[in-house]
Amino acid sequence: MGMGVTDSEPRWEPPSSIGWVAPHVAAEFPGLGIAWIEVDGRPGRSPEPVARRLDETSNRFYGAHAIHMRERPIPWAYRVFFRQIGLDPDRTRTPVEQLALDRLQDGGFKTRGLPADALTIATVETGIALRAFDAERLEGALCIRDSAPGEALKGRPGELSHGTLLIADERAPVGLLFGASGEDRSVSRATRRIAIAAIQVDGVPQIAVDEALWMVAATLGVA
Amino acid sequence: MPDLLEREMGTALRIDGDERLARVELRRQIGRLEAQLGSLVAEAFPRLRLDTGVAAASSEPRALGLGDLEVIRDSLATRIGEARLQLQQRAELETRNRELLERMLDVPSKHKWLRISRADVGEPGCGHWHSRPRLGPLGMLMGWWRVKVSSGCPLPGRLAAVER
Repeated sequence: MGMGVTDSEPRWEPPSSIGWVAPHVAAEFPGLGIAWIEVDGRPGRSPEPVARRLDETSNRFYGAHAIHMRERPIPWAYRVFFRQIGLDPDRTRTPVEQLALDRLQDGGFKTRGLPADALTIATVETGIALRAFDAERLEGALCIRDSAPGEALKGRPGELSHGTLLIADERAPVGLLFGASGEDRSVSRATRRIAIAAIQVDGVPQIAVDEALWMVAATLGVA
Repeated sequence: MPDLLEREMGTALRIDGDERLARVELRRQIGRLEAQLGSLVAEAFPRLRLDTGVAAASSEPRALGLGDLEVIRDSLATRIGEARLQLQQRAELETRNRELLERMLDVPSKHKWLRISRADVGEPGCGHWHSRPRLGPLGMLMGWWRVKVSSGCPLPGRLAAVER
């Protein structure tokens, strides 16, 4: 396990839930999975320990890291998966590569408050793709499936193109698999409980997923 | 929800054995090519910036059919070919520059005012070699040429002083 936000005693770790993947999608993409945790928390300014941790993460990250990142197994696995689902990872960046690019352009990981900073820290440390949703607006288990005809993402104009891979709860899509989230499920000022979802692709070990979720929980626990 | 679980892939992908196996094989090849491309990008850094972009088959994530996967596989293979060629040309240029540097170090007067940077010979850092006359105009008239080696990158302290 990686280090938490502080050097204190090991923290409480919320148990993660494992979502399901539609069988026909799982048959095409073995290794694809989704796991999530729910933690009490509300969006807001990052407390000092989180901001400090973000600074430390910035200081340990250089341009050479960004270049060599794609040779590391987990970032490579996401790049490959992006290619396999039709996205060009040099235009639609994988989450960790987007953060690396932002780090180089901004000169550091700029604080964007919670829960975004918690996701940044965990994604940079582990390479895992993470998403945040308003837990109280989710219904039932999360899953990965393809869109049915006529489905749409709230806040996004038009219907989803049939067969789009997405994250959904038991009622409706909550976000594209990589990309926009439905505005009715996104974290907002009214959020009091946050669901953090980790998207696992082939080649990404379960321990890295667990570590990423644990790290976000630990960071949000500081707030 | 059960209907979403049971139904076929929205992109009408055929589930039959042969075609699925072909897609699995293409995805495996894409993974292997992506790894090769990543190694070439790392090898080229920081001397060369390689273009690794491959046109996206879709604007949204979806399971691709055989045709799209083949296009991505072929585009990646093309990119790798281009990257190898660029790296080879760069290596040849650096070799020629190293040979030129050796000749300049041997006989500076035959390479007057020539300046070769560390980047030109594929070395990291900001230094350079510069053929210039000893004692300025007098050395120029007398033919006293030498190669001066720069002291490398400016120190952070000096850069900070400049900013102040």
